[in-house]
Amino acid sequence: MSALFDYRTCPTTGLRVDRNAEKLIKANAVVAVVFLAIGGLFGLLVALTRWPAVHFLPADWFYLALTAHGLDVLLVWIIFFEMAVLYFASAILLNSRLAGPKWAWTGFGLMLVGALITNVAVLQGGSSVMFTSYVPMMAEPHFYLGIILFAVGALIGCGVFFGTLVIAKRDKTYDGSIPLVTFGALTAAIIAVFTIASGAIILIPTLLWSLGLVSHIDPLIYKTIWWAMGHSSQQINVSAHVAVWYAIAAMVFGAKPLSEKVSRTAFLMYILFLQIASAHHMLVEPGFSSEWKIFNTSYAMYLAVVGSMVHGMTVPGSIEAAQRSRGLTKGLFEWLRKAPWANPAFAGMFMSLVFFGFIGGISGVVMGTEQINMIMHNTLYVPGHFHGTVVAGTTLAFMAITYLLVPLIFRRELMMKKLATWQPYVFGIGVAGISVFMMGAGTLGVSRRHWDMTFADAALPFDYPSAAFLMMGLNGIFACMAALGGLMFVVIVVGSVFFGKKLAEDEKPSYPEVPPDSAAVGHYGSSESLRIPGTAFLVGIFFVAFVLYYFVNWKYLSEIWPLS
Amino acid sequence: MNENNNMDASASDDSPAPEDIPLMQRVLDNPFLLLVLGIAVPAVFYIIWGIIEITQIPIAD
Repeated sequence: MSALFDYRTCPTTGLRVDRNAEKLIKANAVVAVVFLAIGGLFGLLVALTRWPAVHFLPADWFYLALTAHGLDVLLVWIIFFEMAVLYFASAILLNSRLAGPKWAWTGFGLMLVGALITNVAVLQGGSSVMFTSYVPMMAEPHFYLGIILFAVGALIGCGVFFGTLVIAKRDKTYDGSIPLVTFGALTAAIIAVFTIASGAIILIPTLLWSLGLVSHIDPLIYKTIWWAMGHSSQQINVSAHVAVWYAIAAMVFGAKPLSEKVSRTAFLMYILFLQIASAHHMLVEPGFSSEWKIFNTSYAMYLAVVGSMVHGMTVPGSIEAAQRSRGLTKGLFEWLRKAPWANPAFAGMFMSLVFFGFIGGISGVVMGTEQINMIMHNTLYVPGHFHGTVVAGTTLAFMAITYLLVPLIFRRELMMKKLATWQPYVFGIGVAGISVFMMGAGTLGVSRRHWDMTFADAALPFDYPSAAFLMMGLNGIFACMAALGGLMFVVIVVGSVFFGKKLAEDEKPSYPEVPPDSAAVGHYGSSESLRIPGTAFLVGIFFVAFVLYYFVNWKYLSEIWPLS
Repeated sequence: MNENNNMDASASDDSPAPEDIPLMQRVLDNPFLLLVLGIAVPAVFYIIWGIIEITQIPIAD
């Protein structure tokens, strides 16, 4: 079978690279970056409008930009990049040929056409219904049609991924179990299938409703099933970016997981329970019982949170174990101080891990607690939370691995190395600021998706505390910083892909440095050492922050909701 | 006959014993079982249970 497919051998990792998979990874990654640039521009316009001193866009353009921003970055950029991750984690890491390349291209085409159709619908101005498109707000039919085509294309991509797993197992291209990174991608693909099925269940009737063929869509049914798609789509991201963390740890340090069993069990917690977190969007709906709300958000969801906390310890732990095995054993943190902080792949990955845990993770647990969710439900706290998970977590991780994909898959030397060194810090700190200040404003009650927080034309005046205005101004400043970081990324990547020095077939890239033991990314096996005192200390800091923030919110709740 | 049996026994001693793969690893190595679980659990606890609750809301007069 191997003679039938065209492949090359990577001179850096020694992995066999199926050229069909390579082309698909390139195509998906390039389109992903294009939509990141478009969606990021809309995001900047939204942030400048919500900055009270600037208030850039008129109301109709604000809602149009907000719809396009959510669609292009939350869905299109990330799912296209995840397709690249799925093909990398299956065909490349398993040394296998890709199953059904023609199907994969068909899926890619459907996703591209669907994304373009929905973008056109939004830009025409008649579909400013925002990413959630709650009924009874009605968009143009092609808005829904585009999303459905995009989802079908992504489902085909998942099918190709599963097919590749079958082929690799049949052809015995790997020994034992699949590598952990592939298992993380499998987790993402499973959640993607649930997500897309949920989307089909609710968006196909909604399309028929917009065409006048269905008379009524129940808003609560819509909202429930839509969030099975809308929130689960972000759980695909979580699984994929955790897989990317493990991949970068292996490719930059040759790090092996501390324990394959523990990390796989943590991914299993994602497979079983992560999608259930969708219920936190329904916590103020009177139609659901407390049993449904509390089971889904405070019991089942915590099992998935345990999974995230396991990954949050084992990824830096595996790096620490690898660094200590190289002799960096002095004190608690020599392994971290002497980590390659000028390597954008590592810097982006590590900041993604820290910001995802401290900002996105802790705030997610707080929002998933029924009582304290009432403080910030549907306020700007919610986008603050998911900018911590999806942007500081997922986007930063995807940017980080792109710095490895450009030389290893695109076979081009990375250009503008100095700029690349700074890019993860500019983008990461900018996004962390966005998240923190939006959560701060949300805690003070500022509503999400609102054009004018001064309520200038409202019949009944309302004033937010002045601190809320300060938060929104700081949010605008950090959004500019994040936009600058995003622009730096696009310039470096597009410049390198099209104008970077071409690498010969057997030539190793000079930057970023990838050690010979990076082939660990494609193998099953745990680290030989479990001595990770530095990571244990960092995990202790995380738990203290977690407990303090959790109980501060209960204290805050007791102050705004006095019981007597 | 005895000699043959002894030969069989010595042959089986030399060959590696078949690996006893733990149940959990067999579950984790089966992507399609994981796919079924990953769809069934949230479908039951979030979607189906949720829809049942919505359908039990009384209709306003």
